[in-house]
Formats: sequence, structure tokens, C-alpha cells
Amino acid sequence: MDCQECQERPATLHFTKVVNGNKTEIHVCEQCAKEKGYVSYDEEAYSLHDLLSGLFNFNSSSINKNSEFVQSQVLTCDNCSMTYQDFTRVGKFGCAECYHAFSEHLNPIFRRVHSGNTTHDGKIPKRIGSDLSLKRTLSDYKEKLQNLIKNEEFEQAAKVRDQIKEIERELYKGGGDE
Amino acid sequence: MSLQQFMNEAISPWMKEEGPDSDIVMSSRIRLARNLDQAPFPIIAKQSELTKILEYIKEEYHHQTFKTYHDLEFVNMKDLKPIEKRVLVEKHLISPHLAEKSEQGGVLISESEQVSVMINEEDHIRIQLYFPGFQLEKALEQAFEIDDWLEEKINYAFDENKGYLTSCPTNVGTGMRASVMMHLPALAITQKINRMIPAISQLGLVVRGIYGEGSEALGNIFQISNQITLGRSEMDIVGDLQSVVEKLIEEERKARQLLVEQSSIQLEDRIFRSYGILEHSRIIESKETAKCLSDVRLGIDVGFIKNISKTILNELMVLTQPGFLQQYAKEALSPEERDILRASLIRERLNIENG
Repeated sequence: MDCQECQERPATLHFTKVVNGNKTEIHVCEQCAKEKGYVSYDEEAYSLHDLLSGLFNFNSSSINKNSEFVQSQVLTCDNCSMTYQDFTRVGKFGCAECYHAFSEHLNPIFRRVHSGNTTHDGKIPKRIGSDLSLKRTLSDYKEKLQNLIKNEEFEQAAKVRDQIKEIERELYKGGGDE
Repeated sequence: MSLQQFMNEAISPWMKEEGPDSDIVMSSRIRLARNLDQAPFPIIAKQSELTKILEYIKEEYHHQTFKTYHDLEFVNMKDLKPIEKRVLVEKHLISPHLAEKSEQGGVLISESEQVSVMINEEDHIRIQLYFPGFQLEKALEQAFEIDDWLEEKINYAFDENKGYLTSCPTNVGTGMRASVMMHLPALAITQKINRMIPAISQLGLVVRGIYGEGSEALGNIFQISNQITLGRSEMDIVGDLQSVVEKLIEEERKARQLLVEQSSIQLEDRIFRSYGILEHSRIIESKETAKCLSDVRLGIDVGFIKNISKTILNELMVLTQPGFLQQYAKEALSPEERDILRASLIRERLNIENG
């Protein structure tokens, strides 16, 4: 059978397309299939996916089987409802929250993919990043305040309370409504 | 700026400038993967959620100018024909993934085509920045500025420990892929490259051909990029890549010199045969085109061929790709028709140079 697009080369790929119950058969050669978009010309990406998901599966099965395996099977991200099993099959996260939901299983994977590394050591977002460090200082100060009150050092506590207010004002100003 | 420019010109405006070491390094690229903190990633997000993101980006950034990156043009993948998408892929302005898989995909492209920001690819946002020649540090610096500019209006998914959160675990952390495109004909002719690739892989870097399939590097054009994105800073990663590229440049120059000294007549013969094929053939496949273009470019670099501009390799590599040929012809072409058109375009292009 000749390719129905170029009518020159033999058809090597055969598809059945169903649109609203109407079946259409498509017989094309590889080159035309790529051009018409029936198949992907980015084959490399697939092999990488396969490789990765294989890597994850190997990981989860190598962990102490029974109990942990069952546990990881029902591990689900509350935000996007992706399960840990989905993740090992697809090799992709569903949302940012997945990183927290599956966190206990992730470091071995990161170590394999990133030469033993598990912690970010690069750029921090300029805008929300500054908030991040402010928030960290804020929680430090709040803790400090609690301790001072507990120890009845009220004069110091009042100073820290003012500092907290200052930081809070700063935080709302930066990240708030416009 | 209209879509037509992106479609009609094989060579992006930024490629016309000559960068450092451009006899060997064709271009430097930085890609940053970013996601929005609230929305699910494109692989599982609802169409409506992705449309919202697309609309928001269009609203905020269409026709915006940031520094020297003028008039960002928003292009919705939905509005493009398959051949038009293919042309953007061949020019490396979008990825095959965005062209084929992203139903709600879009891209912002600057006038110079130096910056492209893909939307709803595997990640919500992928910033790409190109520089001619070997300019990784500059590309990184500028990519960071564009990143900060986008971040003014977008909340990124970021974690203090894991860095920028990406859909694929291979991108988490910096979300950065730094790469250089290199023309390494002498290392390929002497087969030295095959011995160097395993050593380079051990440094967490990847070498691959960017045209052609599998390990084959059409036109002796190789891409070298980082594999690791977590646990090292962008500067360190770029620094490693830079030192390997410097080494490759040095080895390629040595190999070229050796070829000229030891096999001058053979090299000259090879180069002029290829030149002859490009100048006179009536039917030519892309594989043969790539080989001949590589030889001719080498001929220009070592001084055998004069009066032909160096950008000919970059330009004709893109111009003679299947998508571009069909865009030029304004119709779908069979492979045989393409081989004929390819040969005639190359002849035409060389005639302009000689005339």
C-alpha cells in the first residue's frame, strides 16, 4: 500500500481516527506522518522519560518492601491528587505541593539524578525571596518574644514587639494588593 | 513585530552579530524553567486553568519591551499551522514539546529573537536566551534580569530547600539548562571527539548532536549542556561548562592546525568537493547538505575559501530544514520536491555571495 499523502513511498504507519463515531483509516509513510503531525519528531524525550521512570521504580522497590511499599502506594498529594505511584510511572510532579507530599521518598531520587545533591544552592527569587528571608526573621523574633515574656523581661519584650510590627508592615507592603 | 518575520527569515537577527570564538562556538543559550506557585503543572492542569495563565501572560507582556529586548510578540500555538510551528522549532524559538503536546501553549518572542518565553510547556514558564558565540556568563546575567522582570508580576513556585520547583525532577533547583552549540569538524574528522565525550559526561555535562537522530551529529554540530540542576549555583554550573568548552575550543583549533599542516591537500580537496556539490547539485538531501556545509564552513575558517560569509553555516542549516523549505514554498512538499528546492536555494544563496 502506498502512502496516502505522498503516494510515493510505501505506507508504514497505520492509524484509525474516530471522530464523532466516524472511523477514518490513515495510511502514511514515516516522513509524511512526521510532517502532518501524526507522530512526534521528538523521539529523544520519550526515551528520557522511560529511563527516568525506570529509575524511580527501581528506587521505590529497593526500599524495604512490604510495609513501606504499601504506604507509598497510597501516598497522595492533597493539592492535585497525584499519587506517589503516578509520579514514579510518569516521572513528573503534578504541582508544587507534590514536593512536600512525597518528600520522604524524594531525596534518594534527587541524589541519583543530581550527583548526590539534595539541597538548592542557587538563585532565590528577587521579590518573593526577600519576603522569604523576612518571614524567617519574623518567626525568629516571635520566638524570642515568647521567651522574653516567659522570663518576665518586659522592657526587652516591648522592643522586640515593635520590631515585629515593623517587619510585618514591611511584609504586607511588599507582597500585598496593588 | 509580526509573526511573518519569525517565519520568513531563516537567520535570527541576533545570529548576524559575531560573538567571541564564533569560528567554533555558534551560540550560547540559557534556559530557565519556572512555575506558578498556585496552579497545577501543565501535565495535569485543566485546560481552563492553562488558558487563564496564557491569557494573563498575554495581557501583561504582549508588546512589552524590557531593556534591549524590544516588543515581545505573543504567539498562541493554537493560531499556528503545523508547518509554522515546525519553522519555530527549526529556529529553536520553541521546543518540539511546545509545538506538539501543549494544547494551551504560547510563546513570547522578542524582536531580535534573542529571547523567547515558552508558556505551558512542560513547566508553566521557560525562559530562553541566546547569545552569538561563546558568551555564557553574559547570557546568564541577562536571563536573570528577565527572570526578575517576569517575577514582578508572577509568584513563582519556590522552596527554600529545593529551589525552583519544576515538573520534572531533573530540572529542580536552579531550573537552569546552560548550553553551547559548537561546530567541531576537525575533532570529528580525526574522531577525537568520540574519545572526549565519555570524559565530559563524567563532569555532569552532556554532549549530543543537535541535528540528526541519536548520537549522530549532522554537520558536526554538537551541543554541550549541564545535566545537574540541584545543589550547585548557576555560576558554578556555568563555570564548569565554560572550562570544558574552552578545552574543546583549544583541542578543535589544534586539530584544525594539524589537519592543515599534515594533510593540507586532502583537506583542501575535501572542502572544495563539498563546495562543488553545494554549488552545482540539483537534488540534495539534508544529510549531505549538513556535511557539505560543515566542510565549507571549515574551509572559510582555515582560509581555503574566501568571500563567503561565515554565517552561511548557521543560516543554511536552518533554511534547508523541511519545515522551512515548505514555508518558503508556501505549500507542502514531498521529500523529493524538498531535495530539489533545497539544492536550488543553496545555489541561489551561494550566487548572492559570489555575485
